[in-house]
Amino acid sequence: MQIYLPIAEVSVNAFLLLGLGGIVGVLSGMFGVGGGFLMTPLLFFIGIPPAVAVATEANQIVASSFSGVLAHLKRRTVDLKMGTVLLIGGLVGAGLGVVLFNYLKAQGQVDLLVKLCYVVFLGIIGGLMFFESLNAIRKSRKNSAPTKRKNHNWIHGLPFKMRFRVSGLYISVIPPLIVGLCVGILAAIMGVGGGFIMVPAMIYLLGMPTKVVIGTSLFQIIFVTAFTTLLHATTNYTVDMALAVLLLVGGVIGAQIGTRIGTKLKAEQLRILLALMVLAVCGKLALDLLLQPSELYSIGASGGH
Amino acid sequence: MMIRILSVLLALIANQILAEEVVLGLSQNRVAITANFDGSKILIFGAVKRETEIQQEPPLEVVITVSGPDQPVTVRRKEKKLGIWVNVDSVDVDAAPSFYAVATSGPFHDVLSSVEDLRHKVSLPMAIRSVGAPTNVEDAQTFSEAIIRIRSKSGLYQMLEDTVIVDQQTLFQTSIAMPANLTEGDYETRIFLTRGGKVVSSFSTSIDVRKVGLERWLFNLSRQKPLAYGLLSLAIAIAAGWGASAAFRMFRQT
Repeated sequence: MQIYLPIAEVSVNAFLLLGLGGIVGVLSGMFGVGGGFLMTPLLFFIGIPPAVAVATEANQIVASSFSGVLAHLKRRTVDLKMGTVLLIGGLVGAGLGVVLFNYLKAQGQVDLLVKLCYVVFLGIIGGLMFFESLNAIRKSRKNSAPTKRKNHNWIHGLPFKMRFRVSGLYISVIPPLIVGLCVGILAAIMGVGGGFIMVPAMIYLLGMPTKVVIGTSLFQIIFVTAFTTLLHATTNYTVDMALAVLLLVGGVIGAQIGTRIGTKLKAEQLRILLALMVLAVCGKLALDLLLQPSELYSIGASGGH
Repeated sequence: MMIRILSVLLALIANQILAEEVVLGLSQNRVAITANFDGSKILIFGAVKRETEIQQEPPLEVVITVSGPDQPVTVRRKEKKLGIWVNVDSVDVDAAPSFYAVATSGPFHDVLSSVEDLRHKVSLPMAIRSVGAPTNVEDAQTFSEAIIRIRSKSGLYQMLEDTVIVDQQTLFQTSIAMPANLTEGDYETRIFLTRGGKVVSSFSTSIDVRKVGLERWLFNLSRQKPLAYGLLSLAIAIAAGWGASAAFRMFRQT
């Protein structure tokens, strides 16, 4: 069944979109990742204009993280105070990101920027995840004791200290603000929630306990992506509601199935599969940038004057 | 014998005074882009109305064009910089039709002379208007060729030679397939009758291509009240997220 997307102005197969939403939803349920970093490049591949894909994906992430944060609020694993600080940085970052996005759109470089961001971040995350899970498998075989994380680093010397009760931290507000800012910029440019960067940053840079990290990250992602959606909708008119709804339906159902599968399978081996898939998407995007394209010319709407 | 030649001559003169006229029919004069729009096929048919006898030589030929709304576009060209392919040069084209199809009853250059093509802007390169190409780009011509190449590949530009069927020099018909990714607007449809490469008569009408129903409503809302549209998208997202978690909880309890 073909469906005409009113904003993207292309006709695509509705079941393809439901399926994509479903598959990415299953993965996000299984691995606890947002899935935006896989969905947006997949939307590029099926011919959705990058600007529409990025804006619409932000809208979809609002739904999946809202669904997730409800569960975490019940378990009291959300640090609202830390979330708010991250959020302030995030909103400023999202604003900057959209300005940057619009500037580069006028220059004709937005596709390049979005794809470069993807290649760099998918490469790093995929690589890290791959080696981390290889190590985890090796460790579980040796059954050695986990290494202790060091608690004090230069971050604890910064001013404007604040107490975060749920996380059990007393640190400066500057690092969380900067982390929020960077993730906000990425959210606007890449159409992702940024959880895949936020989570490691919270654990390793801010030293937050792992059990509150995912809930807090989801909490602030809702607001940052909601803000990004509004900014894209009002300045670029690139949020496609029909596309978002199709992805949503597939995504939320897939996420519930994925959660069930995830509990039954071995985490490390699944993570390696996910890492390989992330690296494959990254490789495909990188090849597009490195190899000579078959069509050197591209047509864009006149912008910037 | 003399009378016969005279009558032929008279007929020729009469033909030039009393032009042959087009009476046109369209299978549909509006295309509705609905949610499940998957392209459309338009049948264009018509007859030639004339007061005199049919002139035999040169034969009557028909050229039909359908063109979507003109849009300014920017064409960009990639070059290898620091190992990766990036957009470097760009040319702004003042107006390129979003859709353009030319159907003829014979090989294009036999049916229409290049002078007439220039005057009526029939062929694809003529339909794209580019004034004042920037001076820093030397080969601006290749950019408009690129528009034709890219849009031909996606079915937006079509050169359909020899597809108009002309019957008894009076009836003609053709069909033009419009792809799914149409832009809305008035699609100008022109019919030219030619003899020996010269246009003897022309006629034009328009096909109305519009988003309808939900598509129309969403598109209008996104342009006229972008804030309300954005908030509505968010409301849907939050409702879906909440609904999924609530449904799943119920599913678990039972």
